[in-house]
Amino acid sequence: MNSNFKIFLKGIIDVSPLMIPVVPFGLIYGILAIDIGFSPLATMGMSLIVFGGASQIILLQLFSGGASSLVIISSVGAVNSRHLLYGAVISEHVSDLKLIWKIIVSYFLIDQAFATSNEYFKKSKEKNKHFHLIGGGFTCWVVWQTTTFLGIILGAAIPEKLGLSFAVPLTFLAILVNDFRKLINLIVIIVSGLVATLGFNYIPYKAYVIVAAFTGLFVAMVLTKMIKNYE
Amino acid sequence: MSDWVLIIYCGIITYLTRFSMIAILKKEMFNNRVREVLSYVPSAIFPAIIFPAIFLDDLGVFQFEDNPKILAAAIAMIIGILSRNIIATIISGLASYWFLIFVV
Repeated sequence: MNSNFKIFLKGIIDVSPLMIPVVPFGLIYGILAIDIGFSPLATMGMSLIVFGGASQIILLQLFSGGASSLVIISSVGAVNSRHLLYGAVISEHVSDLKLIWKIIVSYFLIDQAFATSNEYFKKSKEKNKHFHLIGGGFTCWVVWQTTTFLGIILGAAIPEKLGLSFAVPLTFLAILVNDFRKLINLIVIIVSGLVATLGFNYIPYKAYVIVAAFTGLFVAMVLTKMIKNYE
Repeated sequence: MSDWVLIIYCGIITYLTRFSMIAILKKEMFNNRVREVLSYVPSAIFPAIIFPAIFLDDLGVFQFEDNPKILAAAIAMIIGILSRNIIATIISGLASYWFLIFVV
């Protein structure tokens, strides 16, 4: 088996636990989009073109609330600004690649693939480690498109109460399990969570995500510096 | 603006947030200090999605009483810390959430 394919497979395996909550999430997206009045084709098109759960749900929420296109687009941008940080973290590992690979990797730079491949990148010395992220991202792509499609078809047959709104935070909670044990991480987690919760209603255009993230990173910067000085 | 135009604009802006840093940053810009701070990116971002989704309702109102998400998240977190296992965390979270809304 060629080594690129092996790394691709490892990406698939590593990301697969995180796919469990994507299933209900994709279903609810499909149901919701149809419910709000998007055509089946546009609903599917959004999953293919945007390919981002959080952005798509926010688009729907704002759209159904009658928000203007400008508000919708800037909110999607603000929520997605977290990808800037993922890109910054990943860029070191893909900077030697050809442009075409950077273009492909970027399409698959989603939360779940970033979280698992970031761990892999830190340990791996392989030259073609970007296949790991493509494997993880592709897996999520297949699950996302399939569940969107099923959501469109099954529609109201799926009980809304199934707790789909809990699937999203649960995924991210699972991603963080190992960070709860480390003190600085724990402080950063609490600071970011509080800023986001308190800022949710006051920071416009859903920018609370990135404001909270930068506050958390700033705290991490200060704390790690303090520990160094102390040592 | 038609649905499709809106979708395409949102697609472009989403893609640009993913691509821009990968396109701009160079390996030489990284040193151990930058790497150290960037290693906190997951801890800094994911709570910003987790906390509001658990503690706030759709309208952004704080929900403390009668909110099964808090207990289910707490159970998932404890299982996660003890097991260090992503599947165990997710399954325990979903199972306790469904138990709380359907059985209790």
